Amino acid sequence: MEWDWNFVWEIMPTLIQGVKITILATVLGSVLAGIVGLAIALARRSPNRSVSRSVGWFAEFIRGTPLLVQLYFIFYVLPDIGILLPPLVAGVIGLGLHYGTYTAEVYRAGIDNVPRGQWEAAKACNLNGRHTWTHVILPQAIPPMIPALANYFIAMFKETPLLSAITVLELMNQAKSVANTYYRYIEPMTLVGAFFLVISLCSVMLLRWLERRYGRIER
Amino acid sequence: MTQWSGYLGLILQGALVTIELTLMGSVLALVMAFLAGMGRVSRFFIVRAIATTYIEFFRGTSIFVQLFWAYFVLPFAGLSLTPLQAGVLALGLNVGAYAAEVVRGAILSIGREQYEACTALNLGRWQGMRHVILPQALLIMLPTFGNNAIELLKATSVVSLISLADLTFQAQVVRSQTGSTLMPFLSVLVIYFVLALIISWGVRSLERRMARGLDGVRV
Repeated sequence: MEWDWNFVWEIMPTLIQGVKITILATVLGSVLAGIVGLAIALARRSPNRSVSRSVGWFAEFIRGTPLLVQLYFIFYVLPDIGILLPPLVAGVIGLGLHYGTYTAEVYRAGIDNVPRGQWEAAKACNLNGRHTWTHVILPQAIPPMIPALANYFIAMFKETPLLSAITVLELMNQAKSVANTYYRYIEPMTLVGAFFLVISLCSVMLLRWLERRYGRIER
Repeated sequence: MTQWSGYLGLILQGALVTIELTLMGSVLALVMAFLAGMGRVSRFFIVRAIATTYIEFFRGTSIFVQLFWAYFVLPFAGLSLTPLQAGVLALGLNVGAYAAEVVRGAILSIGREQYEACTALNLGRWQGMRHVILPQALLIMLPTFGNNAIELLKATSVVSLISLADLTFQAQVVRSQTGSTLMPFLSVLVIYFVLALIISWGVRSLERRMARGLDGVRV
């Protein structure tokens, strides 16, 4: 079978619709992963041993199991206990939760990198816990984390095709439905691959720039 | 409760396929990692270019897209693969690209003096690599290889989407046959997690074995 440019132009609008959903899922998933990761990182530092232990185990469990099965779990098991989620929401929760356990490690490393003296200074200035975090620790901890966080968001972007398995109409699913309708796999599948390759090469460049801009830890 | 034993057998069959895929994929990934990783530090521009293209291509597109490409597009190019072959090929090449960067990083992290010592002993490039550099670099690669193997294990779940009867696939079969969702998905998640624990435990003990006799050589 030959490559057919006419067919490419014909299916382009459908694929672009899929691209929009892919990007939407990535953005929402990244926001959620950012928040979940911070929550996990803070909970693991909790002075209450049972909290930090159980959250640690939970994160370890999520990280050791495949995203696809977690998506199935959210999509098929939760409705049984009365939580009915639209596919996209289930997908975003899955992505956010899975990558949240990865970003938690980034936050942990970033927070551990803030020198002890800063904590002591905050205490000496009589700042309470919340003020210490928001005004002293996090502003210093977050900039060096940005390249590492961006790295995981790019990884998440590459995992979004998995959402097609729970019927989210993102790029991969659109490509599959086009391919099944016309029984032509070469163009849709190759275009999906090319799309991901282009975006990831661009994001690698963005990542290099972020590393130059924020990667240095200035002391 | 008697029917569960039958379904459990189905899930265990799936686990066997998952283990098989993980092992075969890991072997291919290991071969590709060393080929491409050492290719990236080659003297010859053309070898470096090929290795870099391979790595960027397979890291830039997601495993899912590569798998679909291998399974649906390659037949049109006259290369028909069974689901298992397509799965091993895609998993091995994908994870191999990530592991290649680990190989490169580890080789480059060996100090200059080791290379100079090789020259002083009149070892050829290959001899120096084989007897001096790699034995030290291997120990540095090992923990990250363990992580890569776990990523590979998790990525095997994707092959269920090209109708290979692995753990995830069997969970879906059990779900559609019984209508029960919690039992199949939870047990599959636990099996994946146990497999991941086994991998990380295995890599740790291998690391201890290999570190024997290297005490004091490196910090």
